[in-house]
Amino acid sequence: MSGALLSVEDAVVDLPTPRGNLRAVDHVDLAVGAGKTLGIVGESGCGKTMLSRAVLQLLPKKAKLSGRVMFNGQDLTTLSAEKLRKLRGRSLAVVFQDPMTSLNPVLTIGTQLIETIQEHLELDLAQARQRSIELLAAVGIPAPEQRLAQYPHQLSGGMRQRVAIAIALSCEPQLLIADEPTTALDVTIQAQILDLLAREQQRRHMAMIIITHDLGVVAGRTDEVAVMYAGRVVERAPTPALFKQMRMPYTEALLAALPKLDVAPHTPLPAISGRPPDPTRPMKGCSFSPRCRYSAGRCTTEKPRLSPAETQEHLYACFHPIAAGVGA
Amino acid sequence: MLFFVARRLLYLVPVLIAVSVLTFVIASLLPGDLAYVILGDQATPENVAALRHDMGLDQPIWLRYLGWLWHILQGDFGRSFRTGQTVLQAVSERIPVSFELMILAELIGLAIGVPLAIACAAKAGSAFDRLMTGSAFGMLSVPTFLSAILLIYLFAVELRLLPATGYVPFTEDPVANLRFMVLPALTLGLAEWPGIMRVLRSDMIAALQEDYIALAKAKGLKPSRILFVHALKPSSLTLVTITGINIGRLIGGAVIVETIFALPGIGRLLVGAILTRDLIILQGVVLLVAAGFVIMNFIVDMLYAVLDPRIRHGHA
Amino acid sequence: MATLELSLEEEAGATPVRRRRLGMLFWFAIGWMVLVFAVAIFADLLPLPSPTDMDMLERRAPISAEHWLGTDGLGRDELSRLIYGARISLIVGLCAPMIGVTIGGALGMLAGYFRGRFESFVVGSMDVLLAFPPLILALAVTAYLGQSIFNLTYILGVLGIPAFMRVSRAATLTLARREFVIAAQALGATHARILLRELLPNVLLPLLAFFLLGVAVTIVVEGSLSFLGLGVPPPISSWGSMIGEGRESLDVAPMLAFIPAIAMFLTVLAFNLIGDTMRALTDPRQGAL
Repeated sequence: MSGALLSVEDAVVDLPTPRGNLRAVDHVDLAVGAGKTLGIVGESGCGKTMLSRAVLQLLPKKAKLSGRVMFNGQDLTTLSAEKLRKLRGRSLAVVFQDPMTSLNPVLTIGTQLIETIQEHLELDLAQARQRSIELLAAVGIPAPEQRLAQYPHQLSGGMRQRVAIAIALSCEPQLLIADEPTTALDVTIQAQILDLLAREQQRRHMAMIIITHDLGVVAGRTDEVAVMYAGRVVERAPTPALFKQMRMPYTEALLAALPKLDVAPHTPLPAISGRPPDPTRPMKGCSFSPRCRYSAGRCTTEKPRLSPAETQEHLYACFHPIAAGVGA
Repeated sequence: MLFFVARRLLYLVPVLIAVSVLTFVIASLLPGDLAYVILGDQATPENVAALRHDMGLDQPIWLRYLGWLWHILQGDFGRSFRTGQTVLQAVSERIPVSFELMILAELIGLAIGVPLAIACAAKAGSAFDRLMTGSAFGMLSVPTFLSAILLIYLFAVELRLLPATGYVPFTEDPVANLRFMVLPALTLGLAEWPGIMRVLRSDMIAALQEDYIALAKAKGLKPSRILFVHALKPSSLTLVTITGINIGRLIGGAVIVETIFALPGIGRLLVGAILTRDLIILQGVVLLVAAGFVIMNFIVDMLYAVLDPRIRHGHA
Repeated sequence: MATLELSLEEEAGATPVRRRRLGMLFWFAIGWMVLVFAVAIFADLLPLPSPTDMDMLERRAPISAEHWLGTDGLGRDELSRLIYGARISLIVGLCAPMIGVTIGGALGMLAGYFRGRFESFVVGSMDVLLAFPPLILALAVTAYLGQSIFNLTYILGVLGIPAFMRVSRAATLTLARREFVIAAQALGATHARILLRELLPNVLLPLLAFFLLGVAVTIVVEGSLSFLGLGVPPPISSWGSMIGEGRESLDVAPMLAFIPAIAMFLTVLAFNLIGDTMRALTDPRQGAL
């Protein structure tokens, strides 16, 4: 873990709610090396977005974060607001889910790009403008110069997400967090945006975290995958190892829930039955046990720890892992 | 955009016609004959009949209306039978006073309301926010004439800092003019800020929850830029709307304030016309004020469209 | 996801604080209103001097056992005038919005339910009425029709129609699309039945909340007119006219203007508070903010 660009150590995020404390992130450890790509996968409400907000230090005011978020050797949780601000947008950039709502509707594309560039880089207006045009061209936007004067609503959803990516890339960040970057887009656009992200990541040698509910998104585009369930990382492995042999029944269920091209049309999807547990009521045993078909014995009384499989890189938290060579 | 303007302009015509009909009908239905009012106690039936004929009062109401409208379209709103002034003369003499008063009042309202709204939205839920929201709510329950009395008592009677009544044209003596204008404008402005503050505050609180604010923070922008550009700019449209809505109340408030502070504006002209039963002036002023109000609302609508890029590009 | 978690967080912070704060003020408002209503209704039974009897020897008398709040510029008992003035404010303040809520509410429901040309006509005519700044129209009409409590109430009532129409039309528009109305239509209920049995009970609550705010506005407008000497004719006392008379003696007896001013402010504030609380209760969307 040492030498990683970003490492999250024992992060816990608690949100007070009227129904009691909600533990959104539960003792999570993660690390991303410089230039590497990490995928975080999980259902809605599993805490993956809260985790990303914790990394950015953009949690809601009432949320409590404990643990450490080390970025370039600095602990972000203890950094002053001003130092954090200098880091955000400069070394640490983000692309949100919905480009419809994440771009300001009453400011032009140009304003939103140039303000970021001028905030962090010592460029005058003409240079910042020139850089904006180059960035828009780099993310595949035709006629970039005219776009600067346009407003977000004048662009299509895919184009807007490209603009959001251009903003994120504008100061050559070391780490880009893409929080469900394609969920709000048409299926036909999704692959284009993911390819764009992958290409820019390669070209700029930045580290990237892709957050998604779709295992298909991380396959082949990431170096490592962490699967989250109910605020915890339940399985973590290098991407090839994970897809070769997943150990956690939840990961298997997620994969099974993906629509496949090779099955006959109108076959019902094998959705995961049940719902994620209520995060305000902590469970004694494994949080997935009520929905798990392998659940037995101590699954309901004891929490499995994240422990290594055959290799040190592949970690999973399960008492009844899918045996090597048997599972999915 | 052009289509939008044209459609709104087209809608203006029937409204203005209806306004003129309503003004005329109310004026015509009054008990007591205009001829009696003019001739006073010395009226003999013959005199009255003659005058009625001269004024066309013996014609059916719709004919009289058309005649009246015809004159108005030629710019002839009639002439006061008491002072001999035409309606247009009287109005144009007094309108600068009312405009100055209303503009100053709106500026005071904005100067108090906007910074408070921003400060409260930035610290939503804090003690300061609750105190100011509470004060704004209380202020909404203070009628204009109450704050006028209070201000006169404080600044004119107790402290003797400012004159309670009177007026000097700005062109004659700007300093004296402003001294006379302070209290009236402050009175009206005090009624304006709570509405501005409440609407802008809740609008900005909503804006601050938006994803684009989260992104602005994630971009590392300065807190001041996030607050004043990213959160305030979308809400500035709301400000235009409030200002538009306020015009009606400002006109009503101007009537009261001009009367209390003895400012020779449109409001005082109107009250004077009512007290002296100068019906021609009354009819003309009511029509002009109502028409002006309709047109101001139209302008505000247009301004709104110009400011909001979404409407401007026909996405609304 | 994030959105869900964020909204949970908001609820946690805002609601309890708001409840507690409004709660105390709300009961103060109710208490004040009960007091004002009680003295206004039972004014004739209270051991009060006549509000119109002048006593030229006791002009602007200070507070005494005989005159609890002193006397005014014509030696009339201030407390008595204040209480009889409350009657005027309440009669005009309650009756005028009654006209507005009945006519405006009915028009709004019909417009929102039947839509089409009728709706355009109603909305259009309301736009015309709204084209007049309300105070100007009230002034003009009282000037034409003459000053009396009846005329004043009538005009202020008519002026309230557009606002009530908008509230009830908006409520009807959203309700008319709901399942229970569509179900009633599918079951063959008559228009009258749907309007009265299905829609009216649901439109009534927002209208009632708005009615209270309307009372506050009407009291202010009545006060403004009476203050200018264009409201209720003298010697009837009204809070507005009392303040207007008190203005003449601000330098020697400021209390004469301030006592009715405070009474009026508290009453308007009480109606506003109760109306606003009710609106927050009937409209969950605005209550959350």
